[in-house]
Amino acid sequence: MATKQTRALARTMMAPAVVVLFIWMIVPLVMTLWFSFQNYNLINPMMTGFAGWANYTYVIGDPSFTQALVNTLILVGGVLLITIVGGTFLALLLDQPIWGQGILRIIVISPFFVMPPVAALIWKNGFMHPGYGMLGHLWKFFGLQPVDWFNQYPLFSVIVIVAWQWLPFATLILLTALQSLSEEQREAAEMDGANAVNRFRYIILPHMARAITIVILIQTIFLLGIFAEIRVTTGGGPGYASTNIAFLVFRTGILSNDIGAGSAGGVVAVIIANVVAIFLMRAVGKNLDA
Amino acid sequence: MGSITLEHVNKSFGEVEIIPDISLDIRDGEFVVFVGPSGCGKSTLLRLIAGLEDTTSGHIRLDGQDVTDAPPAKRGLAMVFQSYALYPHMSVRDNIAFPLKMAKMPQADIDRKVEYAARTLNLGSYLDRRPRALSGGQRQRVAIGRAIVREPKAFLFDEPLSNLDAALRVNMRLEITELHQQLKTTMIYVTHDQVEAMTMADRIVVLNAGNVEQFGSPLELYKNPANRFVAGFIGSPKMNFVDGAEAAKHGVHSIGVRPEHFRISTSEGPWKGTVNVAEQLGSDTFLHVQTDFGLMTVRADGDQTFKHGDTIYLTPDQTRIYRFDAAGKAI
Repeated sequence: MATKQTRALARTMMAPAVVVLFIWMIVPLVMTLWFSFQNYNLINPMMTGFAGWANYTYVIGDPSFTQALVNTLILVGGVLLITIVGGTFLALLLDQPIWGQGILRIIVISPFFVMPPVAALIWKNGFMHPGYGMLGHLWKFFGLQPVDWFNQYPLFSVIVIVAWQWLPFATLILLTALQSLSEEQREAAEMDGANAVNRFRYIILPHMARAITIVILIQTIFLLGIFAEIRVTTGGGPGYASTNIAFLVFRTGILSNDIGAGSAGGVVAVIIANVVAIFLMRAVGKNLDA
Repeated sequence: MGSITLEHVNKSFGEVEIIPDISLDIRDGEFVVFVGPSGCGKSTLLRLIAGLEDTTSGHIRLDGQDVTDAPPAKRGLAMVFQSYALYPHMSVRDNIAFPLKMAKMPQADIDRKVEYAARTLNLGSYLDRRPRALSGGQRQRVAIGRAIVREPKAFLFDEPLSNLDAALRVNMRLEITELHQQLKTTMIYVTHDQVEAMTMADRIVVLNAGNVEQFGSPLELYKNPANRFVAGFIGSPKMNFVDGAEAAKHGVHSIGVRPEHFRISTSEGPWKGTVNVAEQLGSDTFLHVQTDFGLMTVRADGDQTFKHGDTIYLTPDQTRIYRFDAAGKAI
């Protein structure tokens, strides 16, 4: 295959895709960078020209930015915690031999197929609505005051919804890891006198370390940019209580029509995502080494 | 102490009966080998003793105590698996120490015992390595080390050498036999290799389709096989069987002659045949001879130089002809 002709041919054939991908990435990035240094406000079209670092100082200096950053980290951390603990537990349960295992697994995976805005709407109206949501009815059944989830615990509510969506993903990956554990190793541990808890701690959990790492890395990438769930349910509020960085960019750029500041926020979000990625790789990346 | 008694043990997986009814008495300190073709239930029998499978009916006694319903950990047995089943994320030291740690032994005692096991098995310089950095033979030793530190009542080996190459297998065979001499603990060893069975065992259990065909010392099985199955299974190359008219001359349904119990001549003898293939091993030559009664395997000296197509005459040693009735039982 590696003759000169085939290599040249391969490059020629690949070139269009590479060029398109390159443009697809570079053009928006350069435009965002460009806008982030411009005075560009849709409400104030007369004000144009180079803005220097003004957009950046405006976005980062605003107290809402700090709150959004904290919210982002809580959102990512909370969802990771719930999905990994819950996913491990579900994987352990699904690994047991039971009747109708195949169907059960598909049912467990199904939330992942629901689109984020739809999932958020189901939770918003079907479960968390204080008037006619299921949880409201449940609370009333026990004679309690229904909770107005999105006003009282906005960020927590978003975390619950996102965790519900990502739990199947974590379960699926962890279940696969669990099933690749050799039966003889479990039996050896059993013969060695390890009870169920010790088998989990010393044999199963270390075996799943790599899968857990993968779940953390993949989910973090997606969870940093959570948007639809917030847009559909709380709208980032009350105040900025459930606004993360992605939603802050949306609020600044689209809702407040300040394209310049929005772009600056976008650039900052990219930088934050990279910082988080570097920290993550440092913290858990060593599990990926074979 | 480690005597193991099976009383009418039966094991079925759903409709399929793997072990119909086995009773065995394994004495303390004995090296017993379960041998049989694949699917004969030998591994299942071992797993029943280990407690990794539940018996369908019958009883298993350890030192006279009924352990039929006891979990594996409570039986005080140690097992070495075919795949070694080492814990890949732990160092060799932690692997060997694991059963002691689970038994909540003080750290000082654990260290002492791990050191001792490592010395016994020549693992000293590997203690801080991970299993994947070890060769097959070393992994096997770690698995044995993990078994001996517990000072079990008996060792269970489930085809432990089948993943090793031929030379290493011979080595480990000797090492395990040596270990048995040292420890004098009961050992049960499962294999499909009759050479391993013959060389290692004090007594051999020959299994076929879940039944014990014969239980006895290696030479007893070789000299006095209880039936045609044992006769064919023990000994290498396999015994030659002749049915029909030739067997009728001896007044039985079939007769068997081992390859090493023939006299070979180029001029005279009762059985005439043509050499098909001559396998020269140096020490011996195995001749595959086409006779009127079918293909025979015959052992000749290493110096014999028979070629394909040579006509030879075979004289079976009259005192060493095995006789079997229609049901395959030895007479």
